[in-house]
Amino acid sequence: MHNADLIVIGAGPAGMSAARRAAELGLSVLILDELPAAGGQIYRNVDRASTTRIDILGKDYTHGRTLTKALHHENITHLKGAVVWQIEDGTRVAFTQNGKAALAVGQRILLATGALERPMPLPGWTLPGVMTAGAAQILLKQSGIACQGAVLVGSGPLLYLIATQMVRAGVPPLALIETQTTSDLTKSMRHLGGALRGWPYLVKGLRMLWELRRAGIPRHVGAKHIAIEGDQAAQAVTFNIGKAAHRIECDAVLLHHGVVPNTQAARSIDIPHRWDDAQNCFVPECDVWGRSAVATAFIAGDGAGIGGAKAAALAGGIAALEIAHDLEGIATSDRDAAARKLRKQLDSERAARPFIDAAYPPYAGAIAPPDETIICRCEEVTAGDIRRFAGLGCLGPNQAKAFGRSGMGPCQGRYCGLSVSQILAASNKASLDDTGYYRIRPPLKPVTLGELATLEEPDMHEAQK
Amino acid sequence: MASDYAIIGGGIVGLSTAWGLLKRGLRVTVLDGDDGSFRASRGNFGLVWVQSKGMKQPRYAQWSQASAAAWAGFAAELGDATGHNLGLEQNGGYDLHFSEESLEATVADYEILKEKLGGDYPFEVLGHNALRREEPAIGPKVVGAILHHQDGHANPLNLLRALADDVRRLGGQVLNGKQVTHVDKSDLFRVSCADGTEVQARKIVLSAGLGAMSLGSMLGFRAPIRPQRGQVMITEKLPKLINRPSLIARQTDEGGIQIGATNEEVGLDDHVTQTGLSGLAAEAVAAFPALAKAQLVRSWGALRILSPDGLPIYQESPDMPGAYLVTCHSGITLAAAHARFLPDWLEGTEGAPNLEAFSEDRFALS
Amino acid sequence: MKTDSPFREIDPQSEHVPVRFEGQDLTLPLGENLAGALLVAGVMPFRHTPVSGAPRGPFCMMGACFDCLVQIDGMTVQACMLQVTEGLEITMPAARGAADA
Repeated sequence: MHNADLIVIGAGPAGMSAARRAAELGLSVLILDELPAAGGQIYRNVDRASTTRIDILGKDYTHGRTLTKALHHENITHLKGAVVWQIEDGTRVAFTQNGKAALAVGQRILLATGALERPMPLPGWTLPGVMTAGAAQILLKQSGIACQGAVLVGSGPLLYLIATQMVRAGVPPLALIETQTTSDLTKSMRHLGGALRGWPYLVKGLRMLWELRRAGIPRHVGAKHIAIEGDQAAQAVTFNIGKAAHRIECDAVLLHHGVVPNTQAARSIDIPHRWDDAQNCFVPECDVWGRSAVATAFIAGDGAGIGGAKAAALAGGIAALEIAHDLEGIATSDRDAAARKLRKQLDSERAARPFIDAAYPPYAGAIAPPDETIICRCEEVTAGDIRRFAGLGCLGPNQAKAFGRSGMGPCQGRYCGLSVSQILAASNKASLDDTGYYRIRPPLKPVTLGELATLEEPDMHEAQK
Repeated sequence: MASDYAIIGGGIVGLSTAWGLLKRGLRVTVLDGDDGSFRASRGNFGLVWVQSKGMKQPRYAQWSQASAAAWAGFAAELGDATGHNLGLEQNGGYDLHFSEESLEATVADYEILKEKLGGDYPFEVLGHNALRREEPAIGPKVVGAILHHQDGHANPLNLLRALADDVRRLGGQVLNGKQVTHVDKSDLFRVSCADGTEVQARKIVLSAGLGAMSLGSMLGFRAPIRPQRGQVMITEKLPKLINRPSLIARQTDEGGIQIGATNEEVGLDDHVTQTGLSGLAAEAVAAFPALAKAQLVRSWGALRILSPDGLPIYQESPDMPGAYLVTCHSGITLAAAHARFLPDWLEGTEGAPNLEAFSEDRFALS
Repeated sequence: MKTDSPFREIDPQSEHVPVRFEGQDLTLPLGENLAGALLVAGVMPFRHTPVSGAPRGPFCMMGACFDCLVQIDGMTVQACMLQVTEGLEITMPAARGAADA
C-alpha cells in the first residue's frame, strides 16, 4: 500500500508541474503514469529525443525537458507504467504495474489525464491505416516513425503542426483536406482581440501555413461529405468542395478536428460535468483552483478544459498551491500571491483560445454523420442504430447503451461517447446537458481477473519505481 | 382517450405485462422514467432460473417453473415479431460448491422441495469429475455442482429492446422521461406527471421497481421493498469457455464472461467497490482458473428490488381497486409469466393463476 | 518479411531483435513501442473484430482506443502500451464471440 499527501494521475505538463510545486512545499507526491517515461502525450519521450527528432519537433517540444527534469525531487515518487483502473472515495487509487495490482492512498488526488482526440466518425474511419493526427505525432515523438502517402483530414492548428513536422521529416503529406469554412473564419473575427493578445500562437499558426505553402502541400478548404474508401485498408479519401467531387488516393488518413477533455477518471468518481458550447465538449465542474465537487479531487490541464501545454502547466501549479494550502504546507497570503502570478500568465495563455475554437470548429459532417457510419468502434454500432434507439424512447446514452451495446467495449466510450450524446440530442431535440453522457465505472483500463484477485490477499507486492 | 391500463414503470416487468395485455387487444399506456434512473432491467445477470427459488414457499418455485417453461415460446414470438434474437439457452444451470458440506446441505433442501412439488424438480448432483466432463474449464477447488435442468439464460438487453420495440408495434403508447407525482381515481384513474402529462386509464399497474417505495403508498400498497446491491463484472469477449451458466459466471451470447454478484445492503448506492470486484474476481478464478488472464472490461452495480422474503408481490390495492402492484427481483425469469399469465390475473378472467401466496397480506403483523 | 509499409523510421536508433507475429518471423527494434514497430514491419491488420471480423489497426497510439489489441502469453494487450523485447510471440486476439465457437 502506498501512502502520499498527493497522488497525481498523469505525468503530462499539468501533472509534472503540480508534482514539483507540491514537493517544494513539503508534500509527499506519488505520480502514477501509464507511460514508461514522463511527458504525457505532448512531451512524449522528450528525454530520449534524438537531434533529428528535435529538429523536426521544435523548441515547443523540448521545453518539456524542464518539466521532466523537475521531477527529480526527494519528495516525488514517480511510478512508470502504472495503469490506474479505479478511484474510490476520492482518496484510494487502484492500479496495476508490471502485471501486479496495487493500492495507493492520498490525502488529495490530482487528475491530470489530459485530452483525447475528438471522435471524428466518417464512413470508412475504422479501416486500418486511418489514425488520428495525434497518433501520427506520437509515432514521430515516441519512435521516430513517419507515414508516407498520408492525407490529413479535419481542422485545427494540430493538423498544421503535424503537417509541418512531416514536411521537415522529409515525408510530406499528400494533401490537407480541411473542414473549416470561410463563414467560420468570419465568425471567429469577433474574438480577434483575444487572438491578438495571444499573438505568439497566431504567429506560430501563420508560420506553419507559410511552411506548408512553401512545401507545396495542397490544401482543400471547406470540404464536405468526406468518406474513406478501402477494402482491407484505407486506399482513398473522397470529398466535395462546393459542387465539385474529389478523390485522393493515399496509404494513410490522419484525422483531427480538435481535442476534448479525457473525462473518464473524473466521471468515474461522479464529478459533475457540463456542456461547453464554445469548446463543443463536456468539461468537469471545478472551482478556480481546480477543485471538483469531490473535495479531495482536483483536476488540472486539458482534462479540465482545452488550453494547451503551457496553460496545463500553470493550472497544475495553481492546483498544487491550493492542495498544499489544504494540507497546511503554505500560508493563505503566500498561496494567493503565487497564484496571482500564475493566473496572469494563464490568462495570457488562454487569450487566443476563443478565436481558435471559433475558427476551427468540429466538422459538422462528423457531428451528424450518415446513418451507415460506425459510431461505436468497439461494438460496431452505427449512427443509424443510435437514431433508431432515439425513436424507441432512448433519451440518453445509457439507455442507448442498453439497447445497442454502444459504449460497452474496451474503450468504454472514449471514442463514441461524445458522438452518441450529440446524435441523441439532435434526434430528441434536447440539449447536451439534458441528454447526458455514459455512466463511467471501473475499470478505467482493463485489468485481468487474476490481478484483481491479488488485492484480496494480505501480502501485496511493492510496486517498482 | 382513456387507456385500459396505465403501466407505471417501463422496465422488463412493466413491458412484459404491457405486451401481454396488448396481445389481448387492450389499450395500454406505459410511463417510464429518465436515462439516469436506477434500472434493474439494465443491470441484471440474465438468468432464467428455477433452482434455489421458493425453498420456503413452493408456490414460488412453481411460478418460476411455469415461467421457465413458457420462455421459449415467448422468446420465439417476440423474436419473430422484432427480428431480435433473445439468445435463450435452456440447457440447465449449476449451483457450484466449494465444499462437500454446503453441497450436501443444499441437496437436502432440494429433496424436500422436490417432494412438495410432487417430484417435478429435475436436478442431479455432479461430483468434480462428472462436472469436469461437462465443463472442462472448471477448477480443482470446485468439489461439485447441482445441475438443474430447468435453468437457463438469455440476453436481457435484447429482451428489453425487443419488448420496447414490440410494445410500440402492437400499438402501446410509451411515454419516456415521465415522473409520476399523483394518482387519483373517480370513474377512471388519472395519473399525473411532473411535466404536466396526464393519463387516464381503467386500471393501473405499478411496476416501477424501487419507484414503488415512494409511489406505493399513494396507491394504497404497503410495498415493503428495499434495494440490495449486486456488483457485476464482465470480461472481454473470449472463445467459448463456459458451457452452462451459474450464479458465479456465465458466458453471454456476445462472448464476454459475466461474473456476479455481491449481496450488499447499502441503500440506493449502485457504485462499484474495489473490494467487491476483487472478491468476485477471486471467486471466479477459483471456479474457472483460466479466467485469471481474462481482461475485465466493465463493471456495474445494480439494485435488486427485494421484498422481506424475496418473493414477488402481486396485490390489488384495497383502497383503490383496479390498481395493482407487480414487483419482483427475478424480472428476467418471470418475464414469460408476466407476459402470458399475469394479464389473466389482472383482468380477473377464467384460468387466472392463483397468486394469493404473493399478496401483501403475508406482511401483516400477526 | 512482410509487405512494404507506408510507415518508415526516420532515425533508427535501436538494434533489431527477432519476434514472431502470427507465426511469421520479424525483426523489430529492441525497446521501441511495439505498435509502431509492427506498423513499420508491415503488419496490417493487427486483428479482426469479434463482432464482424472487420480488420483493424492502431488508431490513437495512446492506449485509449483499444484497436491495436494483440495477444501475448495468453493475454489480450494493447500493442501501443508495450515495448519490443526479444522473442515475443504475438498472435491476433482469439476473441471470437461464443456463438462462433
